[in-house]
This record gives sequence, C-alpha cells and structure tokens, in this order.
Amino acid sequence: MDNRIDRTFAELKQKKKKAFVAYITAGDPHLDQTPGLVLALEKAGVDIIELGVPFSDPVADGVVNQLAAQRALESGTTLAGIFASVKKIRQTSQIPIVLFTYLNPLFHFGLDQFKTEAASAGVDGVLILDLPPEETKADFFTRDGLKRITLIAPTTPESRVISIAGISSGFIYYVSREGVTGMQTSVSTTIQGQVDLIRKHAALPICVGFGVSTPEQAATVAHLADGVVIGSALVSKVAEWGKLPDLTAKLEAFARPLAEAIHSA
Amino acid sequence: MQKQLASVPDATGHFGPFGGMFVPETLFAPLEELTTEYQKASADPAFQQELQSLMRDFVGRPSPLYYAERLTQHLGGAKIYLKREDLNHTGAHKINNALAQALLARRMGKKRLIAETGAGQHGVATATVAARFGLECVIYMGAEDMRRQELNVIRMRILGATVVGVHAGQKTLKEAVNEAMRDWVTNVRTTHYVLGTAYGAHPYPAMVRDFQRIIGDEAREQILKAEGRLPDALVACVGGGSNAIGLFYPFIKDEKVRMIGIEAGGEGIKPGRHAARFQGGSVGVLQGAQTYILQDANGQIELTHSVSAGLDYAAVGPEHAYLREIGRAEYDFATDTEALEAFQLLSRLEGIIPALESSHAVAHTIKLAPTLKKDQLIITNLSGRGDKDVYEVARLLGLSGKA
Repeated sequence: MDNRIDRTFAELKQKKKKAFVAYITAGDPHLDQTPGLVLALEKAGVDIIELGVPFSDPVADGVVNQLAAQRALESGTTLAGIFASVKKIRQTSQIPIVLFTYLNPLFHFGLDQFKTEAASAGVDGVLILDLPPEETKADFFTRDGLKRITLIAPTTPESRVISIAGISSGFIYYVSREGVTGMQTSVSTTIQGQVDLIRKHAALPICVGFGVSTPEQAATVAHLADGVVIGSALVSKVAEWGKLPDLTAKLEAFARPLAEAIHSA
Repeated sequence: MQKQLASVPDATGHFGPFGGMFVPETLFAPLEELTTEYQKASADPAFQQELQSLMRDFVGRPSPLYYAERLTQHLGGAKIYLKREDLNHTGAHKINNALAQALLARRMGKKRLIAETGAGQHGVATATVAARFGLECVIYMGAEDMRRQELNVIRMRILGATVVGVHAGQKTLKEAVNEAMRDWVTNVRTTHYVLGTAYGAHPYPAMVRDFQRIIGDEAREQILKAEGRLPDALVACVGGGSNAIGLFYPFIKDEKVRMIGIEAGGEGIKPGRHAARFQGGSVGVLQGAQTYILQDANGQIELTHSVSAGLDYAAVGPEHAYLREIGRAEYDFATDTEALEAFQLLSRLEGIIPALESSHAVAHTIKLAPTLKKDQLIITNLSGRGDKDVYEVARLLGLSGKA
C-alpha cells in the first residue's frame, strides 16, 4: 500500500536527492514540545521523522538516547500520548513518521490495538529494534498500511539480508557499525559493500545511520545510500537546549546545514 | 545434549510461548553462531572430557549432598538434604556455567569475556575462568550491588578483571545486563558474553541450563545412593533461575518429585518492593526473552527490591515460566525478613553460612518441612555461600566486628 514514506522517496528520486531521516525521542523533554520540534525539523529540510518511543531498558541505545528516554519517561510519555502528539502534527504536516521502538511497550499495549491506533493517528511505519523476522507473526504488518522498517547490521549474513528484505517495506535501515546508537568521529569504511549487498536483494530505498553527526559525515554517507539517519547528534542538542525558550528555533538552525549537506550530495 | 535441545526449547529457543530471540539485528547472527558452536561442542568428546576434568580438579566437583540433621530435627518434619554448591571453587554454582562458557569462548577464538553480575558470584566466576585461560575480562555491575557486595568486587579486581559500575536506573542487575548487552553489540566479533543465568535470548537459557544440570544429575545419583529413592521435593531460589533449573532439569520426568522455585518477596508483594515475577508480574519481552516480567501499565519495567542482589531482577528465566505454565513446577516467594531469619538459623544449626540468595530457598524449606512426614525427603539447593553477605547482614542486623 502506497503511503507517505513511498511518496517521499519517489519525489526525492525524481529530484535526484537523498533523504534526511531525523530521529528524536518522543516526549523529550516533554510531549507538549514534540510536535513543535517535528515541525521545526521539517522546516529545516528533514524528509522523514523517526520518533523514538521511550523504554526503560533501551539495550541498543548509547548514553545520549538512554538519557533522552529517561527524560521522556520522567515527563510522563506513553504510547497513547505519542499517538495524540502525532495527530496534532498531522493537523499541519504530512511529513512521514516512523515509530522507532522496543517491543515491550507495544506488546503490553496490545499489538493489534497498537497497529490500529498508530495508523489512525497518522503513523506511517514502525521499526521495532528487538523484533527479528523470526519472532514476528506473519500478519503483523500486512494490515493497516503501516510500513515495516527493518534493520540490517554489518554482522547480518547474506542469507539473512535476503529474508529481511523479503519482509521489509518503506525503507531498509542499514546500521553502519556494530554498536549502540551514538555519535562517532569517522564514518565506517564498510558501508558501500554492505549497501551494495542489500541493493542486490531489495528494491527498497536504503538509509544509513548510527554514528552520523556532522554535515561532512552526512554528505559522505548520502553519496553511498538513498538516505541518511541522524539521531544522537540531534538528541544531544535537545538535551543541551531543552530548557531554553527558543529550543525549536535552535534545533531548526542546527538541522539546516545537515539537510543542505544531504540534499546537495 | 543435542537431543534435549531438540525437544525443549525448539530450534529458535521457544519454551512453549516463552523464550525466543528478541534481540537487535547485530546480535542475531552471532547468537546463531553461538548456538551452532555450542551444539558442536556438546557432541565433541574432547570438549566434554576437558570440561569434566576441570569440573573435578578446578571446581572441586562433585559437590556433596549433605544431610542437615540438626535443621531436620529442629523443624520436626521431612528429612532435609542440602546440595552444597556453596563448596564449589569461588563459592557458588555460577562457576559451572562460567567455566563451560569460557571453554566455548576459547573454541570460538574469542579473546575477551564480558559478564553481568548481581551478587558478584557470576562476576567472580567469570573473572576466575578468564584468569585461568588468560582471557581479558570486563564485568558490569550495578553501583548499588557494588556497594552491598563489595567483597566480590575486590575479588574480581584481584583476579585481574575490570569491574565497570553501572549507574543507570536503580543500579542493580537489570542495568548491568543492559550494559553488558551494549558492550556485546559493540564488540561482538572479539568478545563472548558469558551470560550468568538461564535467561536472555536463545541459546543462553538452554545452554546455561545444560551447563548447570550437573547439580541435578549429581543430586539425583547422591540421593538414590543415600536413601535408595527419589526426593519428594526440590527447593531452589529463582532470580534468573540457573541454580533452580540446574537442580530441577534432571528430575523433570520424575513427576512425583515436586519442584519448588522461590522468588524474592522483598518487603512484600507491592509494586517496586519485591522481585517475585510470578506474583506481581505479567508476560512481556525483556533483554532477549519473552517471559514473566515486572512491568507497569505502560510496559515499562518496574523497579525491584530484594535483600539479595542475585534475586533482585525484573524477569524470570523462560523455562521456569514454561514449567509453571504446564504445571510441572510451582513457585512461591520468601521475604527479606524470612531470608534473613533463615540465614541465621542455618548458620547456627548447621555451621553453614548461606548466601542471601540461597537463604530464600532455606526460608521456604523451613516452612515446608514441618508440613511433610518424617520419612519424606527434601533437597534444598544451597547455591552459594554467604561470605560475600556478611557486611550487609551485619549492617541490617546491627552486628559489630569491633574488639
């Protein structure tokens, strides 16, 4: 089923541009601020938003995102609150929104109810970090039009690339290095080989992330793939400026050069 | 062992609706590699022989099955036997699994071992085998657990391990597991994660069980020799549940043998004040496995509390959830107060200072024995010794070591 994610990649392809996928944690520092931050990122040139669903035990996240999840939970963020926040964004924006989440909050919410409410709130895709294809009920992503964004890692062998590609939709997120989320000083040198391998087996756009934090890195990665995911670099700024009245303006100004670097690559 | 792996769990680690492999993609292929290597090692006589010889000469196995005569008389009911895992090298059952996993790591060419630890017994065991095989060793431990189990922190450092304090969340075992998993995701090509309990993603729950079943295999043989028959009940404490599953597993088909797992009741079954997953928990997914976990109305993991660091954990091993579901094992809890009373009673009556974890099993034994007949038999797993706990107990009971 066609949705905002597919349309965005189609438009970018026509303009021969790469996608800027931006991650922030929903509810950091408070859910009331999340719609404003998303709209600011869109204004800065972000093409797709990944909203992190905060979880008490984020095993795949580095310290920047762990602290963001903690702030979000402390300010009372829940899945129901995130759906309300997405609905609010949808009043003024059609930017594609992917929920980036651990399984347990969804599991506890009820998977069917989650799908229904996410889709009706205006969520376009879901990336569940700790739900490999092997553990997924076959029909989980086939209804409601939610795209299933999947992760492929440097340790993923070709046989698994094939099986993961087979169940993915929207785009594939290539984790460019072994490790947790977080900023790095250099870009992994093995990206091109793995991206080529994924391309051999998947017709979907491939976005690369984990560790990208500067416009230079973003431009380098943009040349290798269809999109660049930037998370911790933005989240660390939300942490730094979270209490300032001009947080949204500052985040927009920070994201703009990243967007320019990616779009001119 | 391959035959057992083929029955429960299934090929991807499911014990009925529990278990599985709920991990980030980076870890999936390494877990599959570990499963394959483990199966190969299980079938390799050279691996088994080396393990057996180290179990005998390095660990000091078999551990005795000891008739606790004065405790039995005091309680006036069933005859109580203690499986003396406290007498193993390093002082607990944890060495059984750590040693076997170290051999496996060496086989896979991994030069670095990491582990989480709560009470510090698994950390000490891992640091010990790392020293024995010349491997680098990093242990993750909650800062609160480092405080209350300081003796073990010092032991690990003497053994050459790096102990990393974890300051996230409530600074106990769950946070240490998170940090160990993050290290493993980052260094997976060079590092083996020596998970210390029958928990986590497949193959760990089954593999750790198989490495700990030596407890039950020995106990079964020993009780048959001593009494000419099987026991009426097995009692063991359950944090993740490795000492319990190790004792229970060889008795699973002996349906007349009751298997009783004891969780940490902390200050009573109130949210945040205990670690009894089968009392206040519900099914969820945490740290690689689907099982009973303590969680709030939003699927966030709840705080836990127990006087014993080793039982102070929000999730229970998936095979225990399965054994409970099919009605084969039963689970109860002991509170902090009951565990501390059992700690003192066993010390005074038998001259054995138990670990606070094992004291929970002793506490239940104290309740159970008088309800059984004098010709009935209980085997209680004394999973570790209490040396590590003396300062914490002294603090809680107001004891002094001053002249």
